[in-house]
Amino acid sequence: MTAEAVTPPPAAEPPAIAPAEPSTFQKAMKQKRFVVGAAITLLLVAFVIIAPYLAPFGENEVAGPPFSKDGLLGTDYLGSDVLSRVMYGGRSILIIAVFGTLLGMALGIAIGVVAAYGGGWWDEVLMRFNDVILSFPQILLALLVLTAIEQPTAWILILLVGISHAPRVARLARGVALGIVSRDFVIAAEALGEKRTRVILAEVLPNMNAPLLAEGGLRLTFSIGLVGSLGFLGFSADPGAANWGQMIQENRLGLATQPWAVVAPVLIIAIFCIGTNLMADGIAQVAQRGEN
Amino acid sequence: MTDIATALQDPLDEVAPPGRQHGAMAWVVWLARRLGLAVLTLWLVSVLTFLATAALGDPVRAILGRDYNSNPGRVAELEALLGTDQSLVSRYFDWLGGLLTGDLGTSLASGGPVSDLISGSVVNSAVLVFLSAAVMIPLAFGIAMISVSYRRRRPDTVIQTILLAMAGLPEFVIGVLLIALFATTVLTIFPAVTLVPMGGAPWDEPKSMVLPTLTLVLWVAPYVSRIVRASLLEVIDSDYVELARLKGIPEKVVMRKHALLNAIVPGIQVIALQLAFLAGGVVVVETLFSYPGIGRQLVDAVRNHDVATVQALSMIIAGVYVVVNLIADLLSILLTPRARTAISS
Amino acid sequence: MTATSGSLVSEEKQGAGLVVQDLGVMLTGKPVDVVDDIDLVLKPGEVVGLVGESGSGKTTVGTSLLGYSRAGAFISSGKVLLEERDVLTMHWREMRQVRGEEIAYVPQDPASALNPSIRIGRQIVELLELRGIGTKESRLQGARDGLEEVGLPSDDEFLSRYAHQLSGGQVQRVALAMAFLPKPKVLVLDEPTTGLDVTTQAMVLKTMAALCKSHGVSALYVTHDLAVVANIADRVAVMYAGQIVELGPRDALFRNPSHPYTRALLDSIPHLSQARALTGIPGRTPAPGARPSGCRFNDRCSFAIDECRSGVPELRTIAPEHDVRCIRAEQIGTWDISRGAVPDADPDKKREVILSVEGLNVFYGRKHVVHDVSFDLAKAEVVALVGESGSGKTTISRSIGGLHKDWTGVINFEGDELAKGARQRSALNRKRLQYIFQNPYLSLNPRLTIEQIVKRPMELFGIASGKEATDRAVDLLDQVALGPRMLRYQASRLSGGERQRVAIARALAAEPDVMICDEITSALDVSVQGSIVELLEGLRLSRGISMVFVTHNLALVRSIAARVEILQAGRVVEAGPVVEVMDHPKQEYTRNLLANSPRID
Repeated sequence: MTAEAVTPPPAAEPPAIAPAEPSTFQKAMKQKRFVVGAAITLLLVAFVIIAPYLAPFGENEVAGPPFSKDGLLGTDYLGSDVLSRVMYGGRSILIIAVFGTLLGMALGIAIGVVAAYGGGWWDEVLMRFNDVILSFPQILLALLVLTAIEQPTAWILILLVGISHAPRVARLARGVALGIVSRDFVIAAEALGEKRTRVILAEVLPNMNAPLLAEGGLRLTFSIGLVGSLGFLGFSADPGAANWGQMIQENRLGLATQPWAVVAPVLIIAIFCIGTNLMADGIAQVAQRGEN
Repeated sequence: MTDIATALQDPLDEVAPPGRQHGAMAWVVWLARRLGLAVLTLWLVSVLTFLATAALGDPVRAILGRDYNSNPGRVAELEALLGTDQSLVSRYFDWLGGLLTGDLGTSLASGGPVSDLISGSVVNSAVLVFLSAAVMIPLAFGIAMISVSYRRRRPDTVIQTILLAMAGLPEFVIGVLLIALFATTVLTIFPAVTLVPMGGAPWDEPKSMVLPTLTLVLWVAPYVSRIVRASLLEVIDSDYVELARLKGIPEKVVMRKHALLNAIVPGIQVIALQLAFLAGGVVVVETLFSYPGIGRQLVDAVRNHDVATVQALSMIIAGVYVVVNLIADLLSILLTPRARTAISS
Repeated sequence: MTATSGSLVSEEKQGAGLVVQDLGVMLTGKPVDVVDDIDLVLKPGEVVGLVGESGSGKTTVGTSLLGYSRAGAFISSGKVLLEERDVLTMHWREMRQVRGEEIAYVPQDPASALNPSIRIGRQIVELLELRGIGTKESRLQGARDGLEEVGLPSDDEFLSRYAHQLSGGQVQRVALAMAFLPKPKVLVLDEPTTGLDVTTQAMVLKTMAALCKSHGVSALYVTHDLAVVANIADRVAVMYAGQIVELGPRDALFRNPSHPYTRALLDSIPHLSQARALTGIPGRTPAPGARPSGCRFNDRCSFAIDECRSGVPELRTIAPEHDVRCIRAEQIGTWDISRGAVPDADPDKKREVILSVEGLNVFYGRKHVVHDVSFDLAKAEVVALVGESGSGKTTISRSIGGLHKDWTGVINFEGDELAKGARQRSALNRKRLQYIFQNPYLSLNPRLTIEQIVKRPMELFGIASGKEATDRAVDLLDQVALGPRMLRYQASRLSGGERQRVAIARALAAEPDVMICDEITSALDVSVQGSIVELLEGLRLSRGISMVFVTHNLALVRSIAARVEILQAGRVVEAGPVVEVMDHPKQEYTRNLLANSPRID
């Protein structure tokens, strides 16, 4: 061997480290559809919150003859100003949809993760019940309960929306969690003797955030549709108050003469759903790439 | 909780040659198990249906509303009719017994048997759902395949953006916009409500079927199409499609024999899910178009607190879901050699 | 040593060979080379081994010979000449005709490369059928002959199986039979034996060599495993960071490796005949786009001078047919294959037992997978559990580690009888016995920082907390040769080797007496494996830690362990000091394993 062969390697310069993994939110911000969707959603939420203070007429104030062209969007079947009713009509939908979604996500994640982590009987029993609720289309589950109730309150509607989402969220959460609980870092935590709650909260859940966020966005979209449908079918917490879904029902007969009374609330619901759906899909793209 | 390690695949699993003798028996056992599970699910569905309609609130109070306190005679009459003076358990078994023998109970609203009330509308709804599915499935698959062939190029992006925007829209939004466009405001080529000739069926007036069907199709197709596209892409990116190309197999054959065959199974699952989706969608769409089917009937029954009708209709809808799922599972397994041989060996 | 040689090609069959000139592949949309400046000749009937670690671009070169590049990359320059015709400029119709019929491809992972829903009989004849070659009967007969040639059954039952009904070795041989059926002139094999057991691997390699010889086919054998290449190739090309750095006849290359990278790679490979002090290569393989200017190996090379950093060296000839891409090839001295040899572990050393396993039986449900296994482990000793897949080696280690609970027998840990599952064991026992997993990409939580990962066992077992724990974590990272700045990073930013070091640091954080290492180097490149083995040996000597080392690699056992348990189908077939078992194996099974293991010494 020559002298050169034993020369020590050059001063071990630190190896290049891959750039920091951006957070799910940072990655989502690079998705055009997420940015557009989030912008639409935020604008509409702001509109729903602020608009009632700016409405030209009161919620049930008569602004002219029924189905007339008075005002920007005309009047409705009782002669109230359509624009004002649209400005008032988003609050109950938004509140019920948001809280219903949160409830459904919380329930679904809990069920799905416990079933996946618990395995065996836990999984079998929880998923069997899940299947039962899944057998009812979401709107049917809500209608079923409303049969025996004289007048639903906002809380009942939130509960119904939440419960109808829960099994669908649970199925997804279980699938995602199954891919994680079998990974060695979870088994490593088990071998160290970590508490089970800590394993779930610190090891499993943080690795599920992107797909769960995407599901949350999708569920919010469906919630808006569901609450809107219920309103359209005549089930709302306060039948006297303005409500986009109910407005469609109320003014349907005047569609030929005063289309805005129906089309205005339909369009705003459509824009809302497109916004939340774009946002959800943006996150879903991120979640999908994370897997590869 | 079980040991996670045991959930992992058995490392000693030897690859056994396909067994033939035990095959038939294994299939019978498997089928029996699946059927048993479906029956169990249906039974639990019946419990849930009953509890939700009969135990959560007081239907008598819901029916009478403000009259409840002022009209004790009517209360007693209704309680006797609905059997609310008996215990919940015995009412449930009475109802279940009736259900199993084909007695769906008496409608509060019409006073007649529920089965007479709904038999016609079940057929009407089935026609609407199957017609929609028949249009939707080829449409969704066709769009997905066009989109895949332009993968990540302009036409694909445009198609996907449109589908994404449409996929979030609730059915009543699509329905109302279609009515405004084609029935009342812009054009007036189709009727806004379903016209049923006396003693006839809705399809005797084909024009009035167009908008309800189109609404359901536009509601569901974007979603199905997106999923089919995704599963097609996954198959196209697989190692076996790559090998088929490297083997020098023409692209058309690669697509037809190697890709589509493996993408069809996820497609079946999606279609099953969407049929169930459609069953929910008819509720709103039928109400919107006054289509004489079970959806509209259900909404009316809920409004009238007609418990027996609601129970019967929701059992039908949930039952359809369970059966469709069972068939889809069976088809997927028959079409997936790995799953198929896992059962027979 | 090998069955193939260019001169032995049978007379009636003489392939055409293939010439690759100045081939380059780039990423689409970015001016980044994946591979460049590739010149290679496959002479008729010759097997050329293309060797490289992950990220070297060897697979990219392999598929380029068929005019194919994966999504996201494209062939940017060069020629691939098959009988004077350039494959790369052919019309796609002609190129498709060439694929399969003239140049065939054998995939890396045939289990996923065979279509799961087409029976293998149909898949084998598919190409001939589409091209209308032969009749239905002749094609079927061809498929049967092909299967027999690769040593598989050829009856109807076998032809009607699906890919998932075959074992790994069978699938690979089906892929070989399928590639040979259209009688191609050139064969590209992409790591076709990765993941196979040594016995199966030997069988597949032998089959491949025999087929190449009898059909006069030239083959490019792409692999990461120098030992395999040493056994089958006529010539060897070594790739690093997208370029060929050394190319030469097999014997010349192994006798006189002339590129510092080739030498470093050879230094990190364990030998079957003698224990070695393995060394790794510092740093990591640069990704496309992040490669250094000048010689691409300059930042990891112990011979680098300033000149190496300025100009890209050319591939130049230093001996007949032997080319090297290094300006200092003549100045780096001679080399000897047995460099780094150290004395084998002393078989007569006095042992102080710390862990003993008696009558261990392990079950998966109703299946009895480990039968009555007994062995023990002394202080500061490494015991290797060796076997092929299905031998139960990992199952035993998981049972000892408390990850699998369905077992009977006694595991005694310095007087304490260990409970079945980790949760039922005392905190002290959990702390003293640490488990390190095979795949560092799965064993570290990607959401946590290295600091959180390494500090957690200290907090859990009350060893240290807060500032003190941080200081200890820095210390531990230093011991596994990682800098303190790693603390802030998430595991997802580290390379495989770095992750495995973190996993070792996490085990060390609990201050264990015994570590169970479950195939901890098998997911890593050989140069990284060398440095991990170096690290473990240091820890054993400095801390007196005992280790159960699970592996399928017998050569590695020789360099790391003092004692070995040879396992087959859940039973110990032979056990004892490494020197005795490997130099004088008593059992047929052990002798077979040794004979089938590819070796370079």
